[in-house]
Amino acid sequence: MIGLEHYLVSSALLFAAGLFAVLTRRNAVAILMGIELMLNAANINFVAFTKFVSPELVRGHIAALIVIALAACEAAVGLALVISAYRHLETVQVDEINLMKW
Amino acid sequence: MGAWAWLIPLFPLAAYGILIACGRKLGDRSPLVAVGAMVLATLMALAVFLEQLGGAEPYVWRAVWAVGGDRVITAGYTVDRLSATMALMVTVVGTLIFLYSIGYMQGDPYYSRFFAFLSLFCAGMLTTVLANSFLVLLLGWEIIGLCSYLLIGFYFRRRSANMAQMKAFLTTRVGDTLMLVGILLLFAQFGTVDYQEIFEALVHGKAWSPAAVTLFGLPVPLAVLGALLVFGGPVGKSGQVPLHVWLPDAMEGPTPVSALIHAATMVAAGVYLVARTYPLFFYTPDHVALEAVAWVGAVTALLAAFMAVAQDDIKRILAYSTISQLGFMMAGLGVLGYTAGFFHLLTHAFFKALLFLGAGSVIHAVHTNNIKEMGGLWRKMPITFGTFLIGYLALAGIFPFAGFWSKDEILLEAYHRNAAVYWVLTAASFLTAFYMTRLVAHAFFGSFRGPAHPEPDPWLEEDYARAGVRNPHHGSHGHGSHAPVPHESPPVMTVPLVVLAVFSTGVGFLGAPGTGPEGGSWFHHFIEFEGFREVGIHAPGFSWPVALRGLGVALAGILVAWRMYGGRKRYSEQVRSWMPWLVTFLRNRMYFDAFYGWLFVRGGLALARLLRAFDTYVVDGLVNAVGYFTVLIARIDRIIDTYVVDGLVNLVGILTRWLGWILRYVQTGRAYNYILIATLGVVLIVVWTLWRL
Repeated sequence: MIGLEHYLVSSALLFAAGLFAVLTRRNAVAILMGIELMLNAANINFVAFTKFVSPELVRGHIAALIVIALAACEAAVGLALVISAYRHLETVQVDEINLMKW
Repeated sequence: MGAWAWLIPLFPLAAYGILIACGRKLGDRSPLVAVGAMVLATLMALAVFLEQLGGAEPYVWRAVWAVGGDRVITAGYTVDRLSATMALMVTVVGTLIFLYSIGYMQGDPYYSRFFAFLSLFCAGMLTTVLANSFLVLLLGWEIIGLCSYLLIGFYFRRRSANMAQMKAFLTTRVGDTLMLVGILLLFAQFGTVDYQEIFEALVHGKAWSPAAVTLFGLPVPLAVLGALLVFGGPVGKSGQVPLHVWLPDAMEGPTPVSALIHAATMVAAGVYLVARTYPLFFYTPDHVALEAVAWVGAVTALLAAFMAVAQDDIKRILAYSTISQLGFMMAGLGVLGYTAGFFHLLTHAFFKALLFLGAGSVIHAVHTNNIKEMGGLWRKMPITFGTFLIGYLALAGIFPFAGFWSKDEILLEAYHRNAAVYWVLTAASFLTAFYMTRLVAHAFFGSFRGPAHPEPDPWLEEDYARAGVRNPHHGSHGHGSHAPVPHESPPVMTVPLVVLAVFSTGVGFLGAPGTGPEGGSWFHHFIEFEGFREVGIHAPGFSWPVALRGLGVALAGILVAWRMYGGRKRYSEQVRSWMPWLVTFLRNRMYFDAFYGWLFVRGGLALARLLRAFDTYVVDGLVNAVGYFTVLIARIDRIIDTYVVDGLVNLVGILTRWLGWILRYVQTGRAYNYILIATLGVVLIVVWTLWRL
């Protein structure tokens, strides 16, 4: 029987994978993908808690849907930034985008 | 008329104002203003004199000038026989000299300025004459001093004229300072400077307090001290020994100035002052102040006559002769010959003005002052010669010319009162005849020894350009170019000579015995000192021995000098070789000038150098020390500023920069670093929280 702990552990692993991607990747697209992973880990938590704590209410589902919508917006903006940066600097490596650094 | 006497000095003063204000516009018409004013003043003085002659009471007008506490200082004027006579003499002689100057100064670039100064001079002199108090007197006195300075240095291009004017001013200043002290002493004693009030106090025997002061260990009665201090002024102005040195040098001025200064005004002012303030001298214990005056006069008369013998400059001879004659006047006043001294002043004014103007005429003709370069002029300049001869005989004291009468009176008074002074004066009158004969013999007899064409004055052209006047000597009619040298002077110069010659002959008879009541002279009757009558002093009657002795001495002087300088065979070289030291001594003016030059000029310069050294080393040293000290403090201050204040400021900067260098490593600008740290922080908080549980 799959319980709440399973969901939470897999969600935590997913979050850690996302965080690891964000911290280690230099490619902006990969970082965006890591952020998506962490958002989805959060979504799993929302849905899992709704199912096991208060199944009659659907507040977690709604929150998950809002996060998915935000994630879509964030992906759109993030990718637009990456494209714009690439057009100007011909790179998507974040440590090479250092025009404003001292 | 007395009430209008204040107009007399005002006329020349007005002329001065007009000439100074618009002299340039007036140009050649300037003398008209000056002479016109003098003529008016003369008429005024004549009217005042005639009124006094008619027996009018003395007139004194005074107004309050200043009030200080209970002391009131008044100013005004006095008209009495003395001042009216003097004023008439000054204006008459002054007018003639002004007239003469028209010719003499013709073509001078500063023609109108000359007349302006002359006018101011006369105004000052007349103020002095008419003054009713020492204060007004001082006013005129100082104007005279100033004008003498201006006129002696009239040819201001000449360095010698500059030196002479300074010498005259400074030398007379010595006497003036003494006189000022004397006046202040009188003011302190009597609380007034008014002649009348002071003299009344003196007549009534007001005691001086303290009666005597101790000077250099000697008790000096204050009355004598006051009189002698006041006498300091006349000693300076009238060129008495030892302050006579300025007068010969004053010959640097134009000749009419010499005549005006040495005949009618400046030097006469001194003698006049003694006559005017006679009570001051008379009412001293045993007339001791008069004794001093007599001796100063007698010594002056003799020394100056000696010095005149060895001079070659015609004007210098006359200048020393003036000093000598002033000595006669002073001596006359000093031996209680009040009338005699003043009478000699009067006659001397005429014949000395005549002599100076005659000398001017000669200089005008031959362009030199040196009698050795003249000679034989009697043929070329008959009028000048004739009038000069009259002046010469008058000065020598030959009957019947004016000088004989006045000099005789002085000798007469001296004979009866002070035998020593009498013999000194007799010696002086021998020398007077001697040196004047020498002058006349050199200048008018023999043959002409000067150059035919004298050098023109190098400064003249520049002066004309500066004054904006056309040089009248240019072209055909200039008097300097066409006439053969020497020549007779124009009428405007000879007419005053003739008039003065007439006076020089005639004035003496005013003092001739038998012209007045009781066998005395008219002049004696007209001017006398009231104080004499009260103490029973009577003028001595005419004495044949004294008169004949005086005349004989004068004739002897003339004969000896003529033997030496006049005839074909000249003995002067021979006499000179007998006693060369005497000639040198006299030629160097008895070393008076050299001594003063050494003592005062050199001494003054040495003192100045000493003071300069003091200034340089002590005063400047102090200032510099302050400066150095300030600089030193500033240096220390700079070190503190550089290393302490700036160090602190820099330290703050360095610290900040150092901190920045360290902290900059925190600000990587890489988002993942921040995220990593945030994550680690979260992990830490979680661990910490769990740990606490």
